[in-house]
Amino acid sequence: MATGIKDKIAIVGMGCTKFGEQWDKSGEDLIIEAFEECLADAGIAKKEIGAAYFGTHYDEVNVGKSAIPMGATLKLPYIPVTRTENFCATATEAFRGACYAVASGACDIALALGMEKLKDTGYGGLPNAGTYGVMDFILGTNWTAPGQFAQLATAYSETYGLPMEKIKEAIAHVSVKSHKNGVMNPKAHLRRAVSQEQVMGAPMIAYPLGLFDCCGVSDGAAAAIVTTPEIAKSLKKNNDFVSVKALQIACTSGEESIYNNWDGAHVESSTRAGLRAYQEGGIRNPREEINLMELHDCFSITEFVTYEDMGISPRGKAYDDVMGGFYDLDGKVPCQVDGGLKCFGHPIGASGLRMIYALYEQLLERVSDERKVKTARLGLAHNLGGIPNYNVASVVIVGRD
Amino acid sequence: MVGICSYGGYVPRYRLNRKVIFEAMGWLNPATIGSSKGEKAVASFDEDSITMAVAASIDCLRGIDRSRIQGTYFSSTSMSYKERLNAGIIVGALGLSEHIRAADFSGGLKAGTTALLSALEAVEAKRVNDIMVCSSDCRLGKPGSAQEMIFGDAGAAFLVGNEDVIAEFKGGYSTTYDFVDHYRGAFSKYDRQWEDRWIRDMGYEVLLPEAIQGFLDKYNLKIGDFSKVIYPCHYAATRRNLNKKFKITPEMEQNNLLAEIGDVGAAQPLIMLANALEEAEPGQKIMVISFGSGCDVLCFEVTEKIKAIKGPKGISGHLKERRDLDKYEKYSVWRNILPGDLGTRAEVDLWTRWSVNWRKRKAILGLWGTKCTKCGTVQYPPQGVCVNPECGAINQVEDFMFSDKKGRVVSFTGDSLSASFDPPAIYGSVEFDVGGRFMFDFTDCELDAMSVGTPVAFSFRRKYYDEKRDIVGYFWKAVPEKEVG
Repeated sequence: MATGIKDKIAIVGMGCTKFGEQWDKSGEDLIIEAFEECLADAGIAKKEIGAAYFGTHYDEVNVGKSAIPMGATLKLPYIPVTRTENFCATATEAFRGACYAVASGACDIALALGMEKLKDTGYGGLPNAGTYGVMDFILGTNWTAPGQFAQLATAYSETYGLPMEKIKEAIAHVSVKSHKNGVMNPKAHLRRAVSQEQVMGAPMIAYPLGLFDCCGVSDGAAAAIVTTPEIAKSLKKNNDFVSVKALQIACTSGEESIYNNWDGAHVESSTRAGLRAYQEGGIRNPREEINLMELHDCFSITEFVTYEDMGISPRGKAYDDVMGGFYDLDGKVPCQVDGGLKCFGHPIGASGLRMIYALYEQLLERVSDERKVKTARLGLAHNLGGIPNYNVASVVIVGRD
Repeated sequence: MVGICSYGGYVPRYRLNRKVIFEAMGWLNPATIGSSKGEKAVASFDEDSITMAVAASIDCLRGIDRSRIQGTYFSSTSMSYKERLNAGIIVGALGLSEHIRAADFSGGLKAGTTALLSALEAVEAKRVNDIMVCSSDCRLGKPGSAQEMIFGDAGAAFLVGNEDVIAEFKGGYSTTYDFVDHYRGAFSKYDRQWEDRWIRDMGYEVLLPEAIQGFLDKYNLKIGDFSKVIYPCHYAATRRNLNKKFKITPEMEQNNLLAEIGDVGAAQPLIMLANALEEAEPGQKIMVISFGSGCDVLCFEVTEKIKAIKGPKGISGHLKERRDLDKYEKYSVWRNILPGDLGTRAEVDLWTRWSVNWRKRKAILGLWGTKCTKCGTVQYPPQGVCVNPECGAINQVEDFMFSDKKGRVVSFTGDSLSASFDPPAIYGSVEFDVGGRFMFDFTDCELDAMSVGTPVAFSFRRKYYDEKRDIVGYFWKAVPEKEVG
């Protein structure tokens, strides 16, 4: 009977570039920057890496297809290198590949690296790049990501009878809170505090999402080196590493988009991935046990419904928690402690590892006092790739024993 | 008995007041103030002659089993394709049998009546029955021209057959001349015309009376035998002269809808006929005359069956559902007269893959999905594995048409980031009343009027235009039901 990977994998090194409009840096430059920090943190030599996983999403405006760009950029010595792509869960898939490679015994040490270079498109938002193939071009709506996620709000309002004004108020607080955290983070892209009034009054992007309800678009890369707990202990004399408690992916069965059993007010894949992760990690009461979270806040409304999908806020009650400061840095379960996608922007193929990096630096108490989460023992990172009715979700739980 | 069994009409939602045109362009040609009365119907950015013909046909086919249709004749002078059967797109959109005859009628402005005549005579010859005849036009006049003021966009459709005939065909008469009052060359965007005086004096006042008289003589009829006389001519003085000449009383003269729609080219006499049938009484005779490279004259006698027709919204129903198009510039951008900047996002290459369009033609053109023959779940787009998690049957499906069903909005947004000719782009998830769900673009609506639960119907529209390859792509959009139902 399979038991999952709880406590079978340790993260011994991580790296993360500054995220932002990196006009002076190529995709290759970003790969090198994240790798250099990660390798130094792990304290190993490059040749000790037995397998590598490279996450990148948009090959059209980036370094191209396959894992070759990473192998060739880092001069990895002919080891197996695999590209992963699963929308916004791309980096988490790279991380999963590395974890499973070690857990299977296929290698002792594995590298996961995610990178995305988005700012070479010449326009705002994500590139139009045939995301869902030829049939979406023929049958799909004239959609963009904000328009797809915005619909969570209209359906949520209908499902729970929460007026749109209150949703607007709560999701504004979600963004205000993230910006407050991001100001303190030197690696964040957008480091400016915003007020509730600014957020509420910003230009509309896709009703009801305004400018500050949408995350930025940026370039960035993040990396992790994972190994067995035994090797981790030999590398890190002070047990200065983080254990993987759970790692789950859930992909839609297609029901939300064409069947009639979905309320449109939550994300089913997130919910399923969360439940399975809690089972794998032995977590019975996430609201009490999880200390901090990095949720996929591509849009403030996504973070809002994910509070419920992760089982932290009861269904229909996220408003009360948000407005009560439950997810603020000094709240019960601080969320987006590094500023989140809101402040980092969302280089698709890098974000999952950037989130794990945010948990990692908190668990290892490597952050400045002003942004430190009080008791950080167990952290959760969540990605949502795709759109609310057609997506793949990942949940990673890491802890320090 | 052979004749018209049903009729339908379509007028696009947007109306451009001619004063708005004059305010924008009158400086260039002050004489157009004489044509600046009333308003003209304007196809939305996602409409064209094909979509309007489909809309009129759907109106015509309400309550009629579409499987009985054996032919489709489409007439227009503003078709999307010169090579590719435009009527074939309409056959697909209406979900008709693929084993039928279809043809495009174009060229002169009498193409609409010629298509109708051809259908009537084919049925009369007992070679084919139940032919869908649809017509629409969407012509452009140059900015500042009189044609820009006068031309309007709309469509009409008729089912021609020999059962339950509401207007019996009593005969036709045609003339053909290479009389060039208006013309458009093979690569022209805009209509050109010769001098108005010549069109009036030599065209309408000579060729039209000649055809009418020829018809009356052939069938030994008098103009007084007719309750309605339908002819397309937008010159008010000429209409007065012709009415006087033939003793066409105001009761007999069918409104040409110049002040409400405009001159709709090849579709004009058919739009007037559809409009006339809305009010027609059994026993009345209707004369329909077209004008353009000669004339067709058709005669119908209304039967008792007209009383049983209730379904169509018709021309007058659509006329009531109007919204001002307040800006001339918006019209200009929609018609690609003024090249509006939709942003870099709009410049993505639009690759039509014809083999995909062929393979998926039922899903794309006709909005056909599948029904699971094991559990009965209907689903769009067609699925190989049943989406019902309790079922999951593999390839146990039959075709199921969604285009004639209704739905309700589940979620929606108005997207200002999308490249759109009518921002914000409104779209959202729609649940079909029969089950199944799909995300549609919404059209002919405003964001403020949208809410979860809004009932919608489906409308065949232009989805994209690939300028590089001159391809118009079509698909279905959702329209708040009050607008179409």
